[in-house]
This record gives sequence, C-alpha cells and structure tokens, in this order.
Amino acid sequence: MKNEFQVIAELIEKEKKVLDVGCGDGILMEFLKNNKNTNIRGLEISKSKVQECIAKGLTVIEGNAEKDLKQFPDKSFDYVVLSQTLQAFLDPELVINELLRVGKKAIVTIPNFGYWRIRLHLLLKGTMPITKTLPDEWYNTPNIHMCSIKDFFHFVKSRDIKIFKSLAINNQNVSIINYSNLTIKNFFADLGIFLIEK
Amino acid sequence: MNTENNIKTLVVKKPLKLDCGKTINEFPIAYETYGSLNEKKDNAILVFHALTGDQFVTGLNPITKKDGWWSYAVGPNKAIDTKKYFVICANVIGGCMGSFGPSHEDPNTGTAFGTNFPVITINDMVNAQYNLLDHFGIDKLFSIAGGSMGGMQVLQFISNFPDKAKTVIPIACTSSHSAQNIAFNELGRQAIAADSNWKDGNYSSEDTIPNKGLAVARMAAHITYLSKKGLQEKFGRKLQEREDLKFGFDADFQIESYLRYQGSVFVDRFDANSYLYITRAMDYFDLAKQFKGNLSDAFTATRAKFFIISFTSDWLYPTQENKDIVIALNSIGADVGFVEIESDKGHDSFLLDVPDFLNALKNFLDKSYIEN
Repeated sequence: MKNEFQVIAELIEKEKKVLDVGCGDGILMEFLKNNKNTNIRGLEISKSKVQECIAKGLTVIEGNAEKDLKQFPDKSFDYVVLSQTLQAFLDPELVINELLRVGKKAIVTIPNFGYWRIRLHLLLKGTMPITKTLPDEWYNTPNIHMCSIKDFFHFVKSRDIKIFKSLAINNQNVSIINYSNLTIKNFFADLGIFLIEK
Repeated sequence: MNTENNIKTLVVKKPLKLDCGKTINEFPIAYETYGSLNEKKDNAILVFHALTGDQFVTGLNPITKKDGWWSYAVGPNKAIDTKKYFVICANVIGGCMGSFGPSHEDPNTGTAFGTNFPVITINDMVNAQYNLLDHFGIDKLFSIAGGSMGGMQVLQFISNFPDKAKTVIPIACTSSHSAQNIAFNELGRQAIAADSNWKDGNYSSEDTIPNKGLAVARMAAHITYLSKKGLQEKFGRKLQEREDLKFGFDADFQIESYLRYQGSVFVDRFDANSYLYITRAMDYFDLAKQFKGNLSDAFTATRAKFFIISFTSDWLYPTQENKDIVIALNSIGADVGFVEIESDKGHDSFLLDVPDFLNALKNFLDKSYIEN
C-alpha cells in the first residue's frame, strides 16, 4: 500500500464510519476494514473499479462525487476521504463543502503543483509538467484544477475551515506543515494531506 | 397447463388478509428448491420471479420443457451457487404455475375464478411467500434476490420483514411503478380484453382461450424488455426467409416474425387472467406511498446489507429509478452498494449472459457469505 494511504489510515481511529470518495480499486478501504475495523463505504465513478471493490467484498456505490454526495445526510460519517481527486472536479469548492457537510471531518490529499520538480519542468522545458504523481499529458489529463499546497492552505483558511493536521509527503518522508514552514514544504513535498473540519 | 405431479405445493393454513380487504384461506403456494439447506439453516436464498416467471428458476422447467428463467445466474458454480446456497422460489399468488390464482376453481361456483379472483398486490405476494420460511424452519434468509417485479417483491419483503434477510438484492426494478410502466401494462391488458375469447375473464382452459390478445400483450411487452440498439443489431431491417418485400402484411421482417413467435409460445405457458392480475399488482406497487411518501421509512427497521443493480440500456426500469432506492437507503445510513452494468440487452439483461452482472452478483453473495 502506498505511503499516502498509510498516513491517511494513521489519522483514522478504530471503529469509525468512513466514506472513501473516489475509492478506486478499494485498497485503502480494504486496509481500513481489516486493520481498523472501519465501517467503510466507497463512492467510485469507474464501473470496472466498482467491480474490483465488489470482488473484495467492499460496499461501494457507483457514482460521481459532484452529484452523488448530496444523498448522504449531514455529518453521517466520522471521516470522509478524498485522495488525489480534488483537482479533477469541475467545481472543487462544491466538493469540499459537500465533504465537510457529510463528514464530521474530511481528509483531503492533493498532488502539489508547487513541488520543485514541477516548477523546474515548466521553467526549463517550458512544457506542461509530468511527474510520477501527475503522469498525464496536458490534453488527456483529468486534472483541470491543479493547486499547490500553499493554494490549498490559503483556500481552507479563508473559508473558516479548521485544519487539524496538515502533512507533507516527499517520497517516504512525512512531515508536518505549519505557517512557518509552508513555503519550504510547498517546494519540497509532492503531496499534501489535510485533516479538516467545518 | 397444470401438470400437478411436477409441482410442489405448500397449502397455507393461516388466513391471509389481502390489501383489497378480502381474506384467503387454505390457499396453495407452488414452489421449487435447488441445492440443500445446511444444518445451521443459514444458506437459504429466496428468489422472486418477474411478471411471467415461475418457481422453476434453473435447470429444465418440467412444464414448459425449456430452461428455467434464471438459468444463467442460478445453478452449480454459477452466480447464485446451488452447491453452496439453498435456493427457494415460489410462484406468485395470482400466477398460473400452481399457486393460488384466477385459473383455480372457485368453490362457490365450481368454475374457475376468472375475474372473480381478488385483486392482489406485491405486498400480498410476499406475505403469502413468507409462509415458506416457517415451512422450512428458516429463521433468517441469507439473501433475497429478484429482478423487475422480483425486485419489487425483494423491496416489499425486507420492508415487511426487516430482520428476515441478511442481504437484499433488488435488480432492475423500481420502488414505484411509473406512468410509462402502467401505460405498457394497460396496453397488454387491453389487448387481452379486446380478444372476444376473453369473455370478461370467463373462459376456461377447455374452452377457447384469448390466445390472440395474450400474444399481442406479450409482443408489446417484449419490445419493452429489449433496447433499441439491441434490436437494431440483432434484426435491423433483415427480411424473414425472403429475398424482397412482399407488399402485404405477412411477417416480411425478421423482427416481426420474432415477435409473433414470442407471442405464440407465450400463450402455451401463461394464463391471460393471470397476466391481468399480475400486471395490476405491479401497477399498484408504490412502496413510498405505503410510508406516507417517504421511501426511506420502508427500510429504517432493517440492518440488512443491500446491493442494487441496474443496466445502462434498461429503459423500462431505468438506472435513475434504481438509484432512487439507493438514495433512500443512503439517507438513513443503510449499508448499500450500487452498480450500473453496461449492457445493450435492455431490461432483459438480468436474465441473460451478462458477465459483469453475473460476476458482481456472485462476488457480492460469496463475500457476504464469508463475513456471515
């Protein structure tokens, strides 16, 4: 399991009710179910990935986060997880609001567009950056609303969303992000993980 | 039509009060089982059939001599694995395969009930079938499953008996029959009523029966079970055993011939009055209405795990109507999974060899059974 999921799992206490939005093939769900006794549900847009989840015995709803989160009642989950998909939505702000409405807390991870390799790629090559976390070309990427750790930090701060924890991941290293090191983390981390609440 | 020796029957002694107000007593429920009930009696699956189905789910139907209606899904090593599970299916009341229905003799007149049979509902059907649990000594079913009208029975069953099933699988169905659904059923009923042999339902099987009307009803309904794309790919404008158009009203096109055939074989196995009664039951189905318009309230008492399945090309019970059930369940925090299966085969997809569907069904059941 990737480091990101390891970090997310550590943020979630045992026996909580969790919704994994854009759960993919259910790796994180399976881990939480088996190791944290989590009451876990998934929402996934891809039919083939939904099938993979069903084959793992996971409860998944085929659907689209922008349309289908509204069916869940307020604060009906302890945690709602959104891993590396915020940038792919037409309306990320709406999705964040929905996550915070449905979940008591939300865990959002974002691929950091402020990462130095990305900056360097654009600076030197002058073409749209391609990295391990962002492997697609500009014309076929699902990512239409890229942001940096700093952007996201400011975004939540300006909306009175509480940040409980913000973590930066660079390869295997996990470190805490705060006001004083924000600029540095925004340069060296390729992924940001935020535990937020409203 | 009724070859009694091949039909297992439970005579229900307990009176059943129907939604129409009448009470029925000592009525027969015809059923079939597959696989075997284990010692703990925790491997039973009650399958509900659709409008024209019967209790013969899989293998050779001893009456029609054709494959059972869910042969693709049910059987040894199949999605509903009869090596593992004990599958029970009953003919619905109002039906014509041995359960109490309009072709049964009315003790007051000595002739078939015909349209003197009480109007029945989906609720009446599941209440009647519930007696099978007592019959087999099953406290809790492992699963209940069914497509189309079978799915409606699944929803009604879990609403009526919230702690009697661990898993619940409504497929290609709805919680409330739409105007379009009612319209198509009415078309079928009017086709039967327009047949002079129908005689307000007072025909008997020795007599001339309303074959033509019933065949037309089946033809119209059959179109609604397929998709435009499926029809176009299978038949297009292909001609039936001829080089060119004949400038007449014979079946020039293969699709015409196909529908005529479907109509003609249907009348050999189905009773026209049963068709009226069962379509009526479907039209009356509105689960939300039973709970003052709030569908979620139908499910608040159950802890069962739901898995809802729809098909992309099903325009009779479209994905959105299936999703409405998912939404109702999610809004009360129920345990519900949902998948829409890609298929060009229309509403009939649930009866056919659609691997994504069959795999999902198998995986859901087998994984849930392990956790059981």
